Amino acid sequence: MSILIVAEHDNTNIKSATLSTIGAAMQIGGDIDILVAGSNCDEAASAAAQIAGISKIIKADAPHLEHQSAEELAPIIVDLASNYSHILTPATTFGKNILPRAAALLDVQQISDIISVESPDTFKRPVYAGNAIATVRSSDSIKLITVRTTTFDAPNASGGNASVEDYSVGKALNLSKFVKQEFSVSERPELTSAKIVVSGGRGVGSKENFKIIEALADKLGAAIGASRAAVDAEFVPNDYQVGQTGKIVAPDLYIAIGISGAIQHLAGMKDSKVIVAINKDEDAPIFSIADYGLVADLFDVVPELEGKL
Amino acid sequence: MKIFVPIKRVVDYNVKIRVKSDGSAVELANVKMSINPFDEIAIEEAVRLKESGKASEIIVVTIGPEKAQEQIRTAMAIGADRGILVKTDAPIDLGGVEPLGVAKTLKALIEKEKPDLVIMGKQSIDDDSNQSGQMLAALLGWAQGTFASKLDIDGDKITVTREVDGGLETLELSSPAIITTDLRLNEPRYAKLPDIMKAKKKQLDIIEPSELGVDYTARLEIINVSEPEQRSAGIKVASVDALIDKLKNEAKVI
Ligand SMILES: Cc1cc2nc3c(=O)[nH]c(=O)nc-3n(C[C@H](O)[C@H](O)[C@H](O)COP(=O)(O)OP(=O)(O)OC[C@H]3O[C@@H](n4cnc5c(N)ncnc54)[C@H](O)[C@@H]3O)c2cc1C
Repeated sequence: MSILIVAEHDNTNIKSATLSTIGAAMQIGGDIDILVAGSNCDEAASAAAQIAGISKIIKADAPHLEHQSAEELAPIIVDLASNYSHILTPATTFGKNILPRAAALLDVQQISDIISVESPDTFKRPVYAGNAIATVRSSDSIKLITVRTTTFDAPNASGGNASVEDYSVGKALNLSKFVKQEFSVSERPELTSAKIVVSGGRGVGSKENFKIIEALADKLGAAIGASRAAVDAEFVPNDYQVGQTGKIVAPDLYIAIGISGAIQHLAGMKDSKVIVAINKDEDAPIFSIADYGLVADLFDVVPELEGKL
Repeated sequence: MKIFVPIKRVVDYNVKIRVKSDGSAVELANVKMSINPFDEIAIEEAVRLKESGKASEIIVVTIGPEKAQEQIRTAMAIGADRGILVKTDAPIDLGGVEPLGVAKTLKALIEKEKPDLVIMGKQSIDDDSNQSGQMLAALLGWAQGTFASKLDIDGDKITVTREVDGGLETLELSSPAIITTDLRLNEPRYAKLPDIMKAKKKQLDIIEPSELGVDYTARLEIINVSEPEQRSAGIKVASVDALIDKLKNEAKVI
């Protein structure tokens, strides 16, 4: 078997989601190559070559690949596909955007968001917001898969020495044009890989009040998450949303504050090792999955907790 | 401008689903069914484009059982002009109609109807695949604007803001294009009673998949559907001090 990983990167660094995806590929077994497609992405390609256990890096470097659009990336994946039994990307917005486009061009039914490898053609994936787990076997000759990164261990990011091969990139299709990006900049750890996540919900009440969540997160060196309701109400930006249709997290410690625990929220955090819930409603569903529940007004206890840590 | 809005009949998002005891599927008998929430957002967006004079006709399409006409009628009550049901008894959640089959069906319909824009949900809340829109864009060779939280149409110019893991990304797409909706694109309205009555008179065509040259043999065989591991409730602590003690000495996570 030979596996191609489509790397998520920013032309300089390889994203940690890519590493977990390689972890899934290692469970399938076989040679693993990495496609690094971008613009001026030498550094990202060299970083990929350092990852332990990789055979080859394929570098596709062209100005029109800078923002890694699905329209431009999919044809490259399709062109490389015949050399591989499996093609994997992380189930992040990057992977979810590009891989189905390549799958359709290859006439392959993609397998989304796998959480385990049962055999090279059989995988488990959550459905219905994680309220059921489906075991699926693919009959396609090549498997295109997105990987839920929180469930696979990452290999060592160093110690490898893969060769880097240049791919000759064709002409741009120019179906879409990049206009701008507005990314949240933060000194805090990245939400999906943080060891501790402190999340706030509608109960926090306002953007202003979210400062108490931020203070607690900073005391713990934690990332900040949120429920959909908190994002909809613009307390925090969209990239903070945890849940079925937001980010999936599984930190060592997840603290849910003023979050009721709707199934769509639980879908994104119920695999956390330890869950703490702070809510003034003792019947809130979040308590049914929390290891430690504190029934209290968050405006009293969150500052107290922050002060005592 | 003609807009195509593919929608799906799914288990209502408020329902706590149950897995069948034989592990074959999720129990769908006597369960409340609704339009997939992301598709409601797609319908709403199309209706707003029509209200602002930018769209002339909205066609909703669904693939599903006879009863999926209910979802088409609801979409019509919100403002869609016309509906198409591609009727099948194949399961539409798992092990039947898959995203690739959906994309092929939609492609065949689009080649007939020639819409200028497709707006559809980014994922359906049953199989959670998040693929159909991207696949359809691929098969048509169109631009794709996935996970949209803002859509601007100005003549031939389509500007879409996407919710991505890092924040927001704005793209300009060439027309025609596929847009997939995210939660914050708009807040869908509720259908009003007079509109529900009017919807009953709108044109709804029922066609067979074979008329479009598609079939729904699943590529992903469902070996088993099971309940996830349940997490049991822990304990309630009485104070912040007790919580800190537990986190330090019992869970050892801080
Ligand atoms: C298609 C779809 C997709 C969705 N995807 C997601 C998703 O990815 N992520 C997600 O989170 N949601 C998602 N949702 C929304 C979800 O259904 C819930 O509406 C949402 O999670 C509720 O957010 P919340 O818990 O913050 O708000 P609420 O349910 O309103 O809960 C607020 C909680 O705060 C508590 N509270 C209020 N004041 C205080 C106080 N002073 N002190 C302590 N506690 C207080 C209340 O007791 C209550 O339990 C989705 C919904 C749909 C339909």
